[in-house]
Amino acid sequence: MMTYFLIIISAIFVNNIVLAQFLGICPFLGVSNKLSTATGMSMAVCFVITLATLVTWLINHYFLMASGVFGIDLTFLQTIAFILVIAALVQMVEIVLKKVSPSLYQALGIFLPLITTNCAVLGVSIDVVTKQFTFGAAAHVLSLGEAMVYAFATSLGYGLAMVIFAGLREHLAMNNVPKSFRGVPIALVTVGILAMAFMGFSGMVK
Amino acid sequence: MNKLRIILDGIVKNNPTFVLILGMCPTLATTTSAMNGLSMGLATMFVLILANMVISLIAPIVPDKVHIPVYIVVIATFVTLLQLLLKAYVPSVNDALGLFIPLIVVNCIILGRAEGFANKHGVGESALDGIGIGIGFTLALTVLGAVREILGSGSIFNIQFIGEQYQMLAFVMAPGAFICLGYLMVLFNKFIKKEK
Repeated sequence: MMTYFLIIISAIFVNNIVLAQFLGICPFLGVSNKLSTATGMSMAVCFVITLATLVTWLINHYFLMASGVFGIDLTFLQTIAFILVIAALVQMVEIVLKKVSPSLYQALGIFLPLITTNCAVLGVSIDVVTKQFTFGAAAHVLSLGEAMVYAFATSLGYGLAMVIFAGLREHLAMNNVPKSFRGVPIALVTVGILAMAFMGFSGMVK
Repeated sequence: MNKLRIILDGIVKNNPTFVLILGMCPTLATTTSAMNGLSMGLATMFVLILANMVISLIAPIVPDKVHIPVYIVVIATFVTLLQLLLKAYVPSVNDALGLFIPLIVVNCIILGRAEGFANKHGVGESALDGIGIGIGFTLALTVLGAVREILGSGSIFNIQFIGEQYQMLAFVMAPGAFICLGYLMVLFNKFIKKEK
């Protein structure tokens, strides 16, 4: 239980995916102009990251690893296999959502195609199958349950950073910014200061 | 002359970091030192040139509906190649860049150039575009890496020249990356973009 708690705190605050790990910066800067689009995007990301991690973890475990079905070590194919799975998955989610829940599709639909090239999804799914984590125990590769919790918490962290930043940006839009700073530069400096605030959490989870 | 133009465009007019604002993740994450920035830039350039060339060759025969998945597979193949090469010959670079080597697949610069340039031009021009954009990206990463290394660890390319008491650790950590890149972009906007 303690392990899961540590994973959640670490993934949301200490190792925030945007502000500490630099993943998913492009959509973070791209769609954070308005609070409503930022919320929609972070919900879509949350959905896809969790689902993609589940599928890629299973594929890695049962097909690519030496202990899997084929009995040979195919882990060098991780990059190709994962990106194809993610692309197919996003496409399928889009189709299913359109049929099953048109209202949810309306809310998330326009963000889904953007997610395939969001490095947060591929980054998290590669991270959970290769990296050694220590959450209150010896260094180990995450089990399926831990991987799912990690993926979900990470995407919550993404949503948190995105919503805070969208709020800041809405205020920024009303201010008089020097000409060369307009647009992305001032946004980057703002994220920098936000990242500094999040550094206050570091050291909370070893 | 025209060929030189393509390369120069990639470095200044279409600079991927400062003008097109693509590929932000590796730009921010791997520039903790000038050396890391340089190696990330070169790694991306390798994939960019090869992917551009292959895509310019196969573009006419790829059906329009599946072109993005096909391009992604081509890019992913070269990234896997790069990953295996780095692991075999320069494991130190592989360890320093870590996750960001496989993530070259989703670097929007490469897919962006495939969509925006390589599928409309010949092999030679596409290769030159890859070289130009690659150099632009490498330069941007090296400069950002150098600025962060000087401010954060008081050295450049691992040559120490500022004492420990004057180092600002924040610059090699996450906040420094965002702030440095923001200010470099301002300088680029102010002095270089105007000239054209």
